[in-house]
Amino acid sequence: MISVKGLTKDFGDIKVLRGIDETILQGEKVVVIGPSGGGKSTFLRCLNLMEFPTSGEIWFENEDVSSYRKGHLLNAHRQRMGMVFQHFNLFPHLSVEENITLSPVTLKKASKKQALETAHRLLDRIGLIDKAKNYPATLSGGQKQRVAIVRALAMEPSVMLFDEPTSALDPEMVGEVLDLMKDLAHEGMTMVVVTHEMGFAREVGHRVLFMDEGVIVEQNKPEAFFNNPQSARLQDFLAKVV
Amino acid sequence: MVETVVRAVNNAFIAEDRWRLWLSGLEMTLLITFFALLMGLVVGLFVSVIRVSHDTLEKPNLTIRILNRIVSIYVSIVRGIPVIVQVLLWSFVILATSRNHLLIGSLAFGFNSGAYVSEVFRGGILSIDKGQTEAGRSLGLGYVQTMIKIILPQAIKNCLPAFGNEFISLLKETSVASVGAITELTHVANIIRGRTFDPGPLFFVATIYLILVLFLEFLVKKMEKKLSKSDRRVKPIKRKGLRSN
Repeated sequence: MISVKGLTKDFGDIKVLRGIDETILQGEKVVVIGPSGGGKSTFLRCLNLMEFPTSGEIWFENEDVSSYRKGHLLNAHRQRMGMVFQHFNLFPHLSVEENITLSPVTLKKASKKQALETAHRLLDRIGLIDKAKNYPATLSGGQKQRVAIVRALAMEPSVMLFDEPTSALDPEMVGEVLDLMKDLAHEGMTMVVVTHEMGFAREVGHRVLFMDEGVIVEQNKPEAFFNNPQSARLQDFLAKVV
Repeated sequence: MVETVVRAVNNAFIAEDRWRLWLSGLEMTLLITFFALLMGLVVGLFVSVIRVSHDTLEKPNLTIRILNRIVSIYVSIVRGIPVIVQVLLWSFVILATSRNHLLIGSLAFGFNSGAYVSEVFRGGILSIDKGQTEAGRSLGLGYVQTMIKIILPQAIKNCLPAFGNEFISLLKETSVASVGAITELTHVANIIRGRTFDPGPLFFVATIYLILVLFLEFLVKKMEKKLSKSDRRVKPIKRKGLRSN
């Protein structure tokens, strides 16, 4: 479904990605871990072109998207890849339901009425239907992130990208967000998740990638990845975080 | 003492129906302020969006680069020439053939105000977290759609108190229009002073400005409070104006 070939990304003189080759299959759950500054987020953000690759190719459903820089093709590509951010990034001036309907309505993907129905269905599902008219400022962190997830889902993406979705949450709220992500995973959504939640990686991940210094150092099925790490760097990293 | 005041009031307002003059002057001042503010907001919004787009886009296109150059020159001109000189230019050069005081005054101060408002807007837009743009773009919205639906509504809301202050500055600043022979409040007061040969009208005009400004300040404070409540902010953010007055 997604195929990345020789992807590099420089920020000025800093080489953040130094050649990534990776293929992600339909319905696959890929978890990316690694030390900060290792390029995890940048890799994720290159997939939906929030960062433009310096070189290399990104193939998505038989289409080389890596050269898209603006306009219709770029925006259309992003609609197919939902993204969830560490800091939620809900729109504070819009109510919860407006947060969800803004994009489908603006992009004429659905009528206002349809979009609102979808929004309510999604909110009902995450148990926040009574917050539909509330503003984000009145929600807890966990609630905000769950709304952010369904906001992305409202665009009916075929892939969901999660950029450290629980890192900014109070510990007692991490569970509710992970549960929603697990639900999504069980429904067959293709997911790429950058996270520090090793439990989630073990339980949900089909594959775990370890990124450091701009390359994928090692990858494996969760079982083997955590129990039998091959490279010294991964052993070192796991010893520190687990 | 009482007699002096009574005579001053009589001379300034009642004799020769001068209150009519005062009213027309007040009307002119308020109308110029209103239209100049309106024009300032429109021009300021336009200028700020161009400047921000130019500065934040990775590769701004030719149209934006040209527009950015034009608005940069505009802002430099406005900030580099004293208001009083600008008013003289509008009155006696650019619109020398027109005797429509309201038009001249509104254009002169609107043109001037736009540059200052644009800086306020620019600050407002840049104060919005980058994550907001990213969230909008990641949902597939275009740059312009993100700007209109997500960034500007928040930026404008944040700027409202600063606009209130701009409104107050503008109101006082329109007194400069008197040098362009525009019969606004200050000009009227000065005409009457010339006829009565006493300082009364100047005290009265000062009082009128003071009352107007105090009233506007009251409104701005109220607005700040209301905004801060809906944001659950502890204290309203205060932005310092660019003007010294």
